[in-house]
Amino acid sequence: MHLLIFASILFCLGLICVLIWRSNVIMMLIGIEIMLNSAMLVFVAGSNFWGKADGQIFALMIIALTSAEVSLALAMVVYLHRRDKTVNVDEFRELRD
Amino acid sequence: MEQIIFYTLAIVTVIATIFAITEKHPVHAIIYLVTSFFALAVIFFLLSAPMVAVFEVIIYAGAVMVLFMFVVMMLEMGRPEDAKRPSLRHCLPALLLSGIILVSLVLLLTTRSIQIPDGSHAVSVTDFALTLFSNYGVAIELISMQLLFAIVGVLYLGRRFTK
Repeated sequence: MHLLIFASILFCLGLICVLIWRSNVIMMLIGIEIMLNSAMLVFVAGSNFWGKADGQIFALMIIALTSAEVSLALAMVVYLHRRDKTVNVDEFRELRD
Repeated sequence: MEQIIFYTLAIVTVIATIFAITEKHPVHAIIYLVTSFFALAVIFFLLSAPMVAVFEVIIYAGAVMVLFMFVVMMLEMGRPEDAKRPSLRHCLPALLLSGIILVSLVLLLTTRSIQIPDGSHAVSVTDFALTLFSNYGVAIELISMQLLFAIVGVLYLGRRFTK
């Protein structure tokens, strides 16, 4: 019960981080990390609550997904910074090279 | 005893996360976030999920955060003293939206009664491994393919341009 409230607080902190840090893509990615962590916390809490291992397996899948997502997103950040010399999201308007 | 440890770690996690999202220097933010992840890993351990706790420390606090650190140092994003926080006017809609979501979630959680399931037992590492490798073989294949696609995508995005 208190675990779920704790996870909601973490999720909202991550959401705030994504919404207010539009001037820095890396801080937005950190916010996404925080939100995925709170989701993982809910899965593990459910797994502990019902005594089944499925929630932990999904937490493991979330970890794998996050590592793939972060590596792709950071490669994209490096590419965009090399192209535009900025990490401000509001500056990225066009898709072409 | 476990209750006290849990509440302490929860407070540590929330405070470290608040520091992480209000810090304007990305490196400091990453250090605060590693603190928060360590506290969260111990919470996972308390929830009888030692495997997830270990993976949290190794992959999140170890690999992913070091990757962030590398990219922050590679990009040399100007002078950190000159970087400015978003103004309060920018923060206000985000704070309002998150406040509404938080209040509604807490209300939803506190007003509904949860029935305690009977006969639940702590999940051991053996249960975890048996379930993972007997029921979720397709998930492992999916994860491996996803990591392979991530490698290919990163190699494509990070290639050098020769004009």
